[in-house]
Amino acid sequence: MTRQLLTGNGAAAWAARLAKVDYVPAFPITPQTEIIETLSAWFDNGEIPGRMTTLESEQSMITAAGAAAITGVRVFTATSSQGLLYGMEMLYTVAGWRAPFVMINVSRGLSAPLTLEPDHNDILAARDSGFLQIHCATCQEVLDSTLIAYRLAEHEKVRLPVIVNQDGFYLSFTREPVEIPDPALAARFVGQFDPENTQLRASAPTSQAVAVLGGSPYSYFRYELHLAAQQALDVYDEVAAEFAEQFGRDYSAIESYRIDDAEFAFVMMGCFATKAKEAVDRLRDIGWRIGLVRPRLLRPFPEQALHDALADKKAIAIIDQNISMGKGGVLHTEVASALYGAKAAPLLTSYIGGLGGRDISQEELFEIANQLKQAVEKGSAPPPRLLYTAGELREMRKLQAIAHVERQELKLGEESDNDQGEGND
Amino acid sequence: MYRIRFHGRGGQGMKTASRILSNAFFLGGYEVQDAPRYGAERRGAPIFAYVRAAKQPINERGIINRPDLVIVADDSLVAIPAAGVLQGIGPQTVLMINSHEAARTWEERLNVPGQVLILPVTEEVEDRAELPFLGTTCAGAAARLIGIIPLEHLQQAIRDELAHLGTEIVEKNLQQAAEAYELAAEYAGKVIEGTEISAQDYAKPEWIDMPFEVASISAPTIHTGLTSELAATGTWRTMRPVIDYQLCNRCWWVCSEFCPDGAITVDDEGYPQIDLDQCKGCMICVAQCPPHAIEAVAESVAQLAEATEATEATEAVGDKS
Repeated sequence: MTRQLLTGNGAAAWAARLAKVDYVPAFPITPQTEIIETLSAWFDNGEIPGRMTTLESEQSMITAAGAAAITGVRVFTATSSQGLLYGMEMLYTVAGWRAPFVMINVSRGLSAPLTLEPDHNDILAARDSGFLQIHCATCQEVLDSTLIAYRLAEHEKVRLPVIVNQDGFYLSFTREPVEIPDPALAARFVGQFDPENTQLRASAPTSQAVAVLGGSPYSYFRYELHLAAQQALDVYDEVAAEFAEQFGRDYSAIESYRIDDAEFAFVMMGCFATKAKEAVDRLRDIGWRIGLVRPRLLRPFPEQALHDALADKKAIAIIDQNISMGKGGVLHTEVASALYGAKAAPLLTSYIGGLGGRDISQEELFEIANQLKQAVEKGSAPPPRLLYTAGELREMRKLQAIAHVERQELKLGEESDNDQGEGND
Repeated sequence: MYRIRFHGRGGQGMKTASRILSNAFFLGGYEVQDAPRYGAERRGAPIFAYVRAAKQPINERGIINRPDLVIVADDSLVAIPAAGVLQGIGPQTVLMINSHEAARTWEERLNVPGQVLILPVTEEVEDRAELPFLGTTCAGAAARLIGIIPLEHLQQAIRDELAHLGTEIVEKNLQQAAEAYELAAEYAGKVIEGTEISAQDYAKPEWIDMPFEVASISAPTIHTGLTSELAATGTWRTMRPVIDYQLCNRCWWVCSEFCPDGAITVDDEGYPQIDLDQCKGCMICVAQCPPHAIEAVAESVAQLAEATEATEATEAVGDKS
């Protein structure tokens, strides 16, 4: 099999092509736009059949994606950050319709202040929407996960939309060697979309957007959605095993790296986790027993797998590239829930790092490992920490000094205006 | 692992340079990673692109902080701190600058531990963002400095990456790259593969506990319009609007109204004045001026003219005394 250099965005577009998608509703947003640009060029020059429509917003785009999926065509779409949030109402709605399709989210930090660079607060805002979530760490994984996602979304036990997440810049604009699966093999793996009873037709109108009054029918529908999401755990394992058999690449629900004999572990999501792999290797070089666990699936949450991988460790550092205001790292909370009640449960330490694309250095990962060791010696975990240095605060102070001077100038300006006003009286 | 950074301005082909180099590594059996990094996606804005190459799978990601090779396509970027050209340059780093000036001049000026080499391809062109084939030239020189990339892999990489531009342009690029590859022969293999940071002996991060500050300080509010004045966006300019006051008909409003940055004011006599600290060089005024009294001049040419004028003025004063 030959490999070629592809960005994460290029890999996502290739996955849509290999999955033979019929319909792509689209709306541009940095750093996702390259995906729809690539697909639109292929549609335009006839390399792939199907249809792309540009919509006037992400809210309409997700509505179109859900509506098309329930007519029985295979749908692909992509967004990022503010776009995902703009479509948030429809995320919950189309998941409620049980409309199966795949959407790529290219993670980017949320406003305010506005940024272009990545963190996971955008995708985590969609955590409870009913969309399943697969988080990727390499460009190859973006392509492969998207193929797996179609199988998962369209499976009769599941039938839910799936988001495949990749980090902006660090994957979306980064080229790596990617093996593009043979189109015939990929098509056979993904298979035909069997929409079962969901074939909405213009000639035979049905309603997806039913209203229910009273909590009882509402509870039924919402809990069925939850049960379907839970079923997706086993289905994912089956589909991933089949993928591994056919293509030789293993994508279990959690990635475990050098974890079996480890006393300590890093837990991270997304492509910054590969940085922690590097740190694990360097720490192992000098005798540490440390590993990495990376949840690929966030919804459904692979609770048992995380428990099994982590419960016997001495201490774990959960590094969240997100922040829940007034609580802290989201993954930290989730991992804690998976480990609660475990006998001799490990000490959990919480770090917030990589917000808005802020780098996490190897030195910081080494230092986190040292803090784990110290926590075990002390028998208690240190308080949660933002990865942020004195040098960064100094730079921030310089910016604030400029802002302060402006405020003073503004204030003095107002005062002199007032003085003139008094003089005129 | 080899770690390489290319610095240039939007439009100079640094992303292309990084892609050619990484593709050439890849053809030689290396695992690679290449990526551009830009804030504002705008011609003339400082950008950089980076390449990692190793025999093993690459787990490192993001900006390269300890480069083995830094190539600077546009020497005017060195003086702009935000461009980050000098970031992480160590004793092992090779710094290659496209410049008219000598390596020794740059070494003295910068006082950095690495070795400075000159890429002597700077040409006078209308718009610096349009320096032809600069990307392939930089990739060609980089390939030779690294020393382990054969010319045929460089050429194949150029054919792969630029195929969409057509045969004629590909051929010109192949020629430029081959010339740069030859030019750098003297320093072939100068770039040495960097080592990994040891987990035993590393610089401890100076973490701090974030202090709480009230919203009047900690909200991301721009309180006045003055911030844009304090940022000298004039450094972004690759072209400069120059007013011919003989032709200006003192309409008093067209150029100043159309200027998107409010960088043109009109004086008491009705003549426009351009604030060159703020003018980004968009040339909208040039397009709008009814009597065509504003000319677009390459910034490098305008600066040279200014310097000459200043020298002449000094000499003239000297003559009088």
